[in-house]
Amino acid sequence: MTDPIANRLGPLPSRSAPPYGQSSASLADILERVLDKGIVIAGDIQINLLDIELLTIKLRLLIASVDKAKEMGIDWWEHDPSLSSRAGSAPSLEEENRLLREQIEENRRLREELSALRADPAALPPTEGTAENAAAPRRPARPKRAEPATRSATRRGEA
Amino acid sequence: MTARSLAYAYAVAQDAPGLRSALDGLTGVLREPVHLVRPTRGGDPVAAVSPVPAEDFDQAALAAHLEDLPWLEALARSHHGVIEAIARCTTVLPLRLATVYLDDDRVRSVLDDGQGAFLDQLSRLAEHVEWGVKLYVEAPAASQAAPSRAPDLSPGRAYLHRRRAEQESQHDAFRAAEEAAERIGAAAREHGAGRARHRVQQGELALEPGVNVMNDAYLVPLDHAEAFRADVLNSTDGLTGVRVVVTGPWAPYSFAAPGPAGETAP
Repeated sequence: MTDPIANRLGPLPSRSAPPYGQSSASLADILERVLDKGIVIAGDIQINLLDIELLTIKLRLLIASVDKAKEMGIDWWEHDPSLSSRAGSAPSLEEENRLLREQIEENRRLREELSALRADPAALPPTEGTAENAAAPRRPARPKRAEPATRSATRRGEA
Repeated sequence: MTARSLAYAYAVAQDAPGLRSALDGLTGVLREPVHLVRPTRGGDPVAAVSPVPAEDFDQAALAAHLEDLPWLEALARSHHGVIEAIARCTTVLPLRLATVYLDDDRVRSVLDDGQGAFLDQLSRLAEHVEWGVKLYVEAPAASQAAPSRAPDLSPGRAYLHRRRAEQESQHDAFRAAEEAAERIGAAAREHGAGRARHRVQQGELALEPGVNVMNDAYLVPLDHAEAFRADVLNSTDGLTGVRVVVTGPWAPYSFAAPGPAGETAP
């Protein structure tokens, strides 16, 4: 960071030393410039504008947040298989909530089964029974632990 | 080349004594040599062009290629390399990626038609450089947040304690980022820099650690470039949890399009 700018500034006609970042520039920095900025002049090869739109949006997903795109009312990638893994890793609160609810429901069902089993020890499966019994009471805590982490991911996304 | 070729245009530029030699031996997309196209009546501006195979750059092929990230990266870096080479010796107007014409004559007619507008843009950008300025809020150091207390707290309380400490440090970091952004704005005003916003980088291509909270480009008069960069790098002095990254100098990509792209400082 301390290198003199004189070595880094190329555009002066008087300077011959190049070191414009070139290969060291990050792809994100380059793409946001060459794709989103620069002069647009109609070329002879008209790239289907819709395709370009899609490309740009996909790259926005790479570069910017899903939340931003959603703000813009764009959500088609949720149905795009090539992007679904990314969409999945993005904080979809509804989806996570649904999974949490399922987990809680599952835990509730297991507890009920367990208490039914306790009431009737004869129905216990021969080996797994005791292990299940011991593990079960701790289970309901799990979703609670997961919850704050979920919120924090969302908060970072919105920031 | 037996196959039909098209003309890929990188940039429009002000002709300059060193430009020819700068392009000598320079290769662009697919390692094809870059040459200049001049307006019919000669003079300024010139366009930097190289041949590209029609089979890769006709409509269908190009659209398909652009969806292929490695291919796109190679194209973007070649495009960028040519623009940087030109920017080293003269004022340049970068064209949007993949501006392709049937042949050099078609490029020439674009230069003829747009001559006046190009020259206006070029004179506006002359003797300026673009800096990229990004602010990052560091991810909170979870391990440091609640160090010694943990043993006597129940796991639940220890967790909440840690979370609260994390949130507080995150909050402080955002305040620090705000402060740094204000200092950067002041530096821009002082040095007469124009600003263009980019989207914050948060996706897969955002490799820097931390959360990118500001991603701007500044167009700075050349004689203020060094001082502005120094001021920006100092903008986080005394602040914790926030980091500033300066990239560039870039060719004036973010300010090439006419109109209100760059809010010029008063």
